[in-house]
Amino acid sequence: MPLTVAVPLLGAAVLAAFCKVLPRAAIDAIGVLCAIAVVTLCALVTADTGHMIVYWFGGFHPHGSVAVGISFSVDRLGGGMAVLSAVLVTAAMVYSVHYFDEIGSLYSALMLVFLGAMVGFCLTGDLFDLFVFFELMSVAAYALTAYKIEEAGPLQGAINFGITNSVGSFFMLTGIALLYGRTGALNMAQIAATLSGHPADGLVKVALLLIMGGLLIKAAIVPLHFWLADAHAVAPAPVCVLFSGVMVELALYGLARVYWDVMSGPLASHAGGLRATLIALGVLTAVIGAVMCVAQRHIKRMLAFSTISHTGTFLIGIGLLNPHGLAAAAQYVVAHAFLKAALFMAAGILLHRFVSVDEHELRGRGRGADAGLRVAALVFVGGGLGLAALPVVGTFFGKSALESAVGDAHGYAWVIAVLILTAALTAGAILRVAGRVFAGWGPEVSRHHSELSAVSDMPETLGPHDRTPAVMSATPAILLVVGLGIGLVPSLRDAIAQGAATMTDRASYVARVFDLHAAHTVPVPHAPLSAEAFVFAALTVVVAVLTAWLALRPPSWRVARTGERVLTPMIVAVRRLHSGCVNDYIAWVVAGIAVIGGALALI
Amino acid sequence: MSVLAYGTAAWLMLVGLYGIVTSRNLIHMVICVSVVQSSTYVLILSVGYRVNASAPIFADIPPGSRAVDPIVQALTLTDVVVEATVVALLLALAVQAHKRFGTLDPSELTPLRG
Repeated sequence: MPLTVAVPLLGAAVLAAFCKVLPRAAIDAIGVLCAIAVVTLCALVTADTGHMIVYWFGGFHPHGSVAVGISFSVDRLGGGMAVLSAVLVTAAMVYSVHYFDEIGSLYSALMLVFLGAMVGFCLTGDLFDLFVFFELMSVAAYALTAYKIEEAGPLQGAINFGITNSVGSFFMLTGIALLYGRTGALNMAQIAATLSGHPADGLVKVALLLIMGGLLIKAAIVPLHFWLADAHAVAPAPVCVLFSGVMVELALYGLARVYWDVMSGPLASHAGGLRATLIALGVLTAVIGAVMCVAQRHIKRMLAFSTISHTGTFLIGIGLLNPHGLAAAAQYVVAHAFLKAALFMAAGILLHRFVSVDEHELRGRGRGADAGLRVAALVFVGGGLGLAALPVVGTFFGKSALESAVGDAHGYAWVIAVLILTAALTAGAILRVAGRVFAGWGPEVSRHHSELSAVSDMPETLGPHDRTPAVMSATPAILLVVGLGIGLVPSLRDAIAQGAATMTDRASYVARVFDLHAAHTVPVPHAPLSAEAFVFAALTVVVAVLTAWLALRPPSWRVARTGERVLTPMIVAVRRLHSGCVNDYIAWVVAGIAVIGGALALI
Repeated sequence: MSVLAYGTAAWLMLVGLYGIVTSRNLIHMVICVSVVQSSTYVLILSVGYRVNASAPIFADIPPGSRAVDPIVQALTLTDVVVEATVVALLLALAVQAHKRFGTLDPSELTPLRG
């Protein structure tokens, strides 16, 4: 099991050491082979995991219920997230082979470090290691964002990303230090065992707030989200695949892990208040992300805001604080990861061809008949519909499960409307891009029409190119098919349901880590699909198509014009908050965490 | 003693955050980031501190004598390594930003907005 982290890190070390002497093909091959090896290893470990397997490094087994060494404690959800990360890294590395015209060999090394950190983050059972892998993941991500360091955009994006996330990780470390001071333990199971039975006092609450704050910054939850759009707009497209597909979701996975396996005991009496706080944050994030998504014309930044909106949705699922919500969110994450990865790769195809991802500048230019553009068009249409939860494809099963989980929660049925509306708006924006770029629909808009300066274009490749390499169109096509079809795999649904049940069972988690007798965990029964699910999904698709249609064919009715006059200043005001200035971002972070802390103090 | 140490950690974190929010220079801002991180060193070390205890080197002290917690020292060392990486990377970005934009003022970096 330690190989899952050792292989990518060693591979990265080899690449970094020999990058000067190895030819480009060998570097790419080593990178991809390492990533494939990690996929295999993680899949083997996860398949092997009945409920959980625990590996103690260096053979330092626990004495009774005192952890002496450092452990990997792998359950189905953790292992599954590791597999997902490794699969997306493999796809991104295959895609990158022809994406960059010239690239330093350190790119592959950084990707492997990023992979190793993500896998470690998923598998570790130790709170301090969670922080170390989190930080390693962040540092690799900053460097990957600024890979094109001569350009203005990537520099600013990486600075905003780096400073905001560093502050977040220090919050997290402070929280971990406070917990260590209270419990004398760093192993999550041991902390849980020490803390359980006593209601949380002030110190434990502050520690939870700080750990949660760090993870929520990484998960780009409003108002801690500003860095994400900047980083995604400028990072190379294959890197965005990983940022959007798994990195931000991993932060939410970390939050679920810390809540369920450490904090759920002492916080048991506060669950209601915590649920309200997390769901409120999730709803706010989903709505702001969706509005900003519709307001963008820079395609990558638009996809970034779509990701923010979706992380809000996932937070709602996790914030329900029950196994159903967690399972639904996990299922949603898997489908979203593949579809969003395919969409970023399709945006990369456009960038590679036209050296621009400005929606208006590209109007109608995607009408070419060759394979690359056809695939890109297909991905935008399929990805848009998949994210709108078109029945039985894409995010349909995850979204339906989430809707039924939200509907079952007392007093939160109204959140279903938010789920439908935000999924529809973000999907509508993607469909709008598809219509404008690949069909030439919609009125012509000059480059400087919008009220705020859009993101300036940064060529990632030396392009423009006349044709798209076959690998670059094959990878997103495969990811699209997987993303659309993955909900139909019943064994995946069962595995996620079982994983969610295991993860939320703290007593058994503690018992399994210390090799004691664990009570049998009852898997979460998944609710059969109701007729409602199809109605909601149909509604989502209709609203999504309507959004795209209204944007492409602005109607001249008076209602529409009045609506536009009312909405535009509000959207402009929200857009102005995204100032691009890192001082403001940190001010928002501090204020946001203070407000969340206030909410937690009241519960 | 311990109140003072915890107070110092909290003060360092707050003053560092204040510095980041008000900074008009990227180098200054990165140093403020490292001030925030310093608060974690102080906090972690004071968590493991014991009054009248020796260093946790058990070779030349009688068994059973008081020693400070060795784990927090390992954690702090790890933390220092992490900080060195982060600060080096951020400083490199700041230098590059000065080359590219001719300014270190974060509010004058403008390609990303809205």
